[in-house]
Amino acid sequence: METVLISVLNGLVYGMLLFMLASGLTLIFSMMGVLNFAHASIYMLGAYLAFTVSEFLGFFPALIIAPILCGLIGAAIEIWGLRKVHHNGHIAELLFTFGLVFIIQRLVQMTWGMLPMAYRVPAVLDFPLFALYGVNFPAYRGFMLLVSACMLLGTWLLLKKTRIGLIIQAALTHPSMVSALGHNVPMVFTTVFAGGCLLAGLAGVIGGNYQTTEPGMADSMGPIVFVVVVFGGLGSLAGCFIASIVMGMIQTFAVVVDYSVADLLRPLGVVLSGDTLLTEVLTVPVARIGALLPFVMMVTILFFRPRGLMGTRDA
Amino acid sequence: MKPRLLIIALVVVAIVLPWCFYDWVHHRHAGFLISMFSQMGMMVILALSYNMLLGQAGLFSLCHATFFGIGGYATVHLLNAAGAGDLHLPMEVMPLLAGLTGLALAILFGSMATKQRATAFAMITLGIGELMATAALMFHHFFGGEGGVTTNRMIDNSLFGLTYASGIQVYYLILAWTVIATGLMYFLTLTPLGRMANATRDNFERAQFIGYDPRMVRFLQFALSGFFAGIGGGLYAITYEIVTFDALAAPLSANALLMAYIGGTTVFGGPILGAILITMLQSGVSLLSNSWLVYVGVLFIAMVIFAPTGLAGIIKAHGPIKQAGRLGYLMVPYLRLVVPSLGVALGFVGLVELMSFLTIGAAQGKKLALFGGPIDVHATLPWVISAGSLLIGGVWLRFEAARFHRVWESLTTGIRR
Repeated sequence: METVLISVLNGLVYGMLLFMLASGLTLIFSMMGVLNFAHASIYMLGAYLAFTVSEFLGFFPALIIAPILCGLIGAAIEIWGLRKVHHNGHIAELLFTFGLVFIIQRLVQMTWGMLPMAYRVPAVLDFPLFALYGVNFPAYRGFMLLVSACMLLGTWLLLKKTRIGLIIQAALTHPSMVSALGHNVPMVFTTVFAGGCLLAGLAGVIGGNYQTTEPGMADSMGPIVFVVVVFGGLGSLAGCFIASIVMGMIQTFAVVVDYSVADLLRPLGVVLSGDTLLTEVLTVPVARIGALLPFVMMVTILFFRPRGLMGTRDA
Repeated sequence: MKPRLLIIALVVVAIVLPWCFYDWVHHRHAGFLISMFSQMGMMVILALSYNMLLGQAGLFSLCHATFFGIGGYATVHLLNAAGAGDLHLPMEVMPLLAGLTGLALAILFGSMATKQRATAFAMITLGIGELMATAALMFHHFFGGEGGVTTNRMIDNSLFGLTYASGIQVYYLILAWTVIATGLMYFLTLTPLGRMANATRDNFERAQFIGYDPRMVRFLQFALSGFFAGIGGGLYAITYEIVTFDALAAPLSANALLMAYIGGTTVFGGPILGAILITMLQSGVSLLSNSWLVYVGVLFIAMVIFAPTGLAGIIKAHGPIKQAGRLGYLMVPYLRLVVPSLGVALGFVGLVELMSFLTIGAAQGKKLALFGGPIDVHATLPWVISAGSLLIGGVWLRFEAARFHRVWESLTTGIRR
């Protein structure tokens, strides 16, 4: 019971972190039809920038400054990069962001080195929030939940209740009409791209000391975020939210499940023996293949629902 | 030069090339170069097969190394079986079997991925690539975990009585298969399937109206490109006698993309050029610099923005001007580009190297040395020189590029008239 509760909480924390990344990706995708491969790189950049800023000013200013810097970088990428390749079609845009992954990765390594950074949880938040069955729940995770919940609420309010949100939503589906009504659609595109990068940067700030801030963090986070976006259905924020939480739960629960397919088969009278590939696949415990599960899930859902959980359109 | 002559010349060069570096005193081949040429051969197959997707069908795939790698793993296991005497097959057909393994896997994954196109396709293939790479680290029985699977290529079974003990014999095996695979892939572009792949790339809705199923076209193209990638993987296994998870991980998929795109996806021979160039850079520059991936990355992005047709596309664009006999008019503008380009390149390389030696190099205990003397990365002067060179070169290059553009425009419009 206690493992279930703790895992639910941890899954929620991780899922919300995933959603912060995936929501920006989804917004950018549904607006511009571009998948920003460099999204996880911006996440990494957010963590590194937060580390550097917090060295000088402390954690809480970094929580504000680093995401804004990431947003500005995103705006620069959109204005001087994406806009230039836009007329060459979607594939060129994809390739462009794909190339950015390399460059950001190496730039980070060149600036901060190859070793993990000592980016730690701030001392103010470094205490156990409460104990469940004798297991402490760190306050920082509670803080992460709070930040991501505020972010979720803020984005929702911005998109649904303000005039800016109205224009953004209109530009999603009818860009030429919005443009005809006198709105600067390229500017809206830049804003959305920068906003997505800002969210990724924010995720980096609070995720960087939850996980480790090291040059490989973009490579380990990137594929999972893409899986979340595909799983939830391209262009659907609600689907993206469900997929993030599901993925967070699966990742945390997989670690504590020590059963394999063979254990399920044993009561049925099937006993596996020998040293073949099939036996290996069936006897490996779920805990060990945790990293594999997101991809297996993605392939499965694509097999049954090619558009993902709540996808509205094909790419 | 006619394309046919060019191809024959290329093959002749590839046959003769190892002997140009033969050490006649000690009677042995230059090992490093032979292995580089072998690597080029497989990369040519990989890049060309990748271009069957990116260039010919407009599909941006991120799991191409999966099929390369699975061909490699299959070959290693086949070679081990042959070495143990359980399998009686000549060495020369091993790459074919590797290709069939790639084909089988590409049929399986292709049936899922090719339901979509463009962005969704790219993401699904990313997932598939990660799935296979993660699985390769997990299941030791087939993939051997992190250590990979080793083999011995001397199975003593050859159609031509060769032992494949030396690198040069393997090189000629690779060359033969590269020529065969390249020929087949070229032939495919002439078939109705190749033409329909182009059609679905350019306008899939129109292709649908004519009565073709774009999904089927994508699927066939995907499966066949998996077949050729598998052949490349088979050759990889034979050359290195070890296949690790690197052979199917994401960096190799990205490499296939870089080679095909930088070489040029719009011309059939473009990826060949790209594969040769990138492999040369990889073997040469990566020894000299920690940060060669930055250079490749920047080159790639510059190509995406300024020259989406790739190197081969740039060369091809000179065709009409050459036909009109006006190539000489471009000589001076080209020469004028040289100095500012060198300035930009020098400044950029300088900054990157200074920066990487400040962090990565310091961690590795390396010192930056240039022109025989050490350079202090903490001094201001090298930074100022690099930044200045980049800045001045950049402004100058912009100016010269605009000038070049004007000359180019006037030449091409003159010819059109």
